[in-house]
Amino acid sequence: MVTIALVAGFALILAGLYGALTNRNILRMIVSFTVADTGVNVVLVTVGWMPGRTAPILDAAVPVAEAAQRIIDPLPQALVLTAIVIGLGVTALMLAYAWRLFGATGSLDISKFTELKW
Amino acid sequence: MVRHLIVSLCLAGLALIFAALVLGYAPDAALNRTALWYAENVAKDVGSQNVVTAIVVTWRGLDTLGEVTVLFLTAAIVGLILAPGHRPVDAPANDLPPTGELLQTGSRLLVPLILLAGVYVFVNGHLTPGGGFQGGAILASAALLLLLADPRHRFAHRTIETVEAVSGIAYVLLGLAGLAFAGGFLDNRFLPLGRFGDLASAGAIPVIYTLIGLKVGAEFASMLASLSEREGP
Repeated sequence: MVTIALVAGFALILAGLYGALTNRNILRMIVSFTVADTGVNVVLVTVGWMPGRTAPILDAAVPVAEAAQRIIDPLPQALVLTAIVIGLGVTALMLAYAWRLFGATGSLDISKFTELKW
Repeated sequence: MVRHLIVSLCLAGLALIFAALVLGYAPDAALNRTALWYAENVAKDVGSQNVVTAIVVTWRGLDTLGEVTVLFLTAAIVGLILAPGHRPVDAPANDLPPTGELLQTGSRLLVPLILLAGVYVFVNGHLTPGGGFQGGAILASAALLLLLADPRHRFAHRTIETVEAVSGIAYVLLGLAGLAFAGGFLDNRFLPLGRFGDLASAGAIPVIYTLIGLKVGAEFASMLASLSEREGP
């Protein structure tokens, strides 16, 4: 169970990096970055999982007194919540810049932008 | 072709590192000390059923304020980057056919339900899975539905900005109220903790999460509006 989730997360990271490094189209690169981002989040959430325990919500199923024995680690989940939101912000910024680049040159091919190339 | 080969080789090396991590990984059998402290103190200190919410809104509340600030900056920068070349509202869209009856009626039916679901998610953030960010994203998905159903739809920017500004200021003021009447900045205990598990419990958490939900929803909606209103390059 935990191996499947870890492998899936790492596979998403690798697939995203491969896409970001090999594609020339900026939109495809942005999509690849979001795939890699998702992979990182999957791995982080998986690391917080513990066998035989339940979600960190102390409702009728988990009495407060038994919380320490019954819930999984809540910290990675809080961390991933932040990471997802920041990832969305980064994606929105990338899309806006891609739009401006397209407006400036009429192209989304990254190899056309040579100003910063040495 | 050579480039693809080099990239593949580098990623194969990275995959080897990942494989070592996966093979050597064993999940913990007991909570580590930080998590144990959170699990034991959440009911009496914060009064929130959802431990993740207690961490995000109260114990690490300052980080969440920073996170909301990052989102605000993103929305502002997206608006700034895409602002010049704003098309006038009444200019004809580039030959889009009018939206069909089905899409219009369907979105009119769905948008209030989606908004209700979003409000439910962030009001219950301290009791069930969910919270301000998730609820705010659901609110913004209603805006996205309106834009998908009718790309020429224009939002009331003034309303979005007002909601965003008021909820942001109120969030900081609630944090300062925690500093003045309870243990510290963003401490939720200046409102009564109530009975554990009630909707009106956990002190200021439902109020703060409602404000975060409104703010995040307004920010996402303004990003969507900025992106959609720039139709020509």
